Amino acid sequence: MLRIPCPWCGERDETEFRYRGDASQSRPAAEAGLAAFNAYVYERQNPCGWHLEWWLHVGGCRKLLKVVRHTLSHEIHSVGGPEDPLSLPQGLTR
Amino acid sequence: MNPVPKSHPTAAIARRVSSGRYSGWRLFLEGLTGQRGWSRAWAKAAPRSRYRVVIVGGGGHGLATAFYLATEYGITDVAVLEKGPIGLGNVGRNTTTIRSNYFHPDNIRFYEYSLKLWEGLERKLNFNAMVSQRGVLNVFHTDAQRDLFTRRANTMRLLGVDAEPLSREAVKQRVPLVDLDNGRYPVLGGFLQPRGGTVRHDAVAWGYARAASEAGADIVEHCEVTGIRRDGARVTGVETTRGPIAADTVCLAVAGHSSRLAAMAGLALPIESHVLQAFVSEGIKPVLDVVLTYGAGHFYVSQSDKGGLVFGGAIDGYNTYGQRGTLPMAEEVAAAAMTLLPGLARLKVLRQWGGVMDMSMDGSPIISRTPLEGLIVNGGWCYGGFKAIPAGGLTTAHLIARQAPHPLAAHLDLERFAAGRTIDERGAGPFPYAH
Repeated sequence: MLRIPCPWCGERDETEFRYRGDASQSRPAAEAGLAAFNAYVYERQNPCGWHLEWWLHVGGCRKLLKVVRHTLSHEIHSVGGPEDPLSLPQGLTR
Repeated sequence: MNPVPKSHPTAAIARRVSSGRYSGWRLFLEGLTGQRGWSRAWAKAAPRSRYRVVIVGGGGHGLATAFYLATEYGITDVAVLEKGPIGLGNVGRNTTTIRSNYFHPDNIRFYEYSLKLWEGLERKLNFNAMVSQRGVLNVFHTDAQRDLFTRRANTMRLLGVDAEPLSREAVKQRVPLVDLDNGRYPVLGGFLQPRGGTVRHDAVAWGYARAASEAGADIVEHCEVTGIRRDGARVTGVETTRGPIAADTVCLAVAGHSSRLAAMAGLALPIESHVLQAFVSEGIKPVLDVVLTYGAGHFYVSQSDKGGLVFGGAIDGYNTYGQRGTLPMAEEVAAAAMTLLPGLARLKVLRQWGGVMDMSMDGSPIISRTPLEGLIVNGGWCYGGFKAIPAGGLTTAHLIARQAPHPLAAHLDLERFAAGRTIDERGAGPFPYAH
């Protein structure tokens, strides 16, 4: 069971949240071309290590959170709002 | 037990019988001669410095690919590299179901081919994999679901695959344990594929390993790939914990970790890794002679020959490489089990485990060339890897040997994403955690 510290509601069980995938992708410019859009929609780094991801607090404040979580230990490093520039910890990725 | 002396007349016969093939005769004769004639099922090979084909991953797909490369395409200069002992990854972690009751015609054809190969597998491998075609029964709970299953059954029948609609009463007759009028999702009927069933998964790994080894492939255990060698846009071999190995073709068959291996070659794949849990209960008398699948949640169950109920649910739902499940999904699976089969309420769960899976962006597998010459990917299996082992191995071997996709797996290429030809079985969109 993950315990996700929501900046607005405090620490809550993962069952209050819905996972919304990789948050490191940003939408390319409209004229960026097929390869860029293919990478944006489909290709993922899928790291075994620290991962920047979206979680929707659907059973709480209903805000979208950005979370840095480790995909092997499931440790949560930091949580912020969509605008917060969270960075991945160094040195612990495989 | 008294050992039988070497001069015993049956020993000579036993030696003749023990040409390596397994048979009832041999079992009988070994029984008379102290079981001393058995040899290792496959050779523990040490890696050579170069091979024509290196397959990364000694799971079901890797071993099957090596077997079909040798037996169907005449390529025996093959190594299968496995970081641990073979058979401990997803090939030994699934819930052992085989079936071909898919929605998309391309998927039906592919999985039906696999089911046909399962039907003849034990003779082909000379290994008892306990293929049991006990039937796969999906139950439905709404009118819309009935329409969808009817459409699926019709598509299957048009393609020559067996599918039968079942009434409520027929479901009850087939599985008396089912609570048709459960308070949450009453069962309206079912959809049966009689030829579906289960296979003993460990025997699949061992059977393919033995047959591939016998056909000339090297099965190298405890050899982890740590890097992929490139010469520009061409892959030339792999770095391993047992030294570098050169190869004309490198095939990744490491579903669960495809992204990590592809990253070694500088590629990003349309895949996320997720954990899927499975459970087994204490052994009980026979109560279930079909693989039963719940329609109002992700829950499927069959009874093993030891009597334990083997069941599983959906993925936990967020990226992970941890081979362990978490409790919220265990609770959801238990709730689904209680809704459908309340008679099992007092059954104890003996074991629970997790397997890390490649969840692809459209929920369908990938058997494909890559932008790098000489690099083949077999992965993205989502929930379907085990049942696809024979067809996955054969079509991957075809792709390696002929350098062109097998007609039955041509739709599983990587280019389908950019080309807009995704095979989205559930219509869930490019969200792996939703498939």
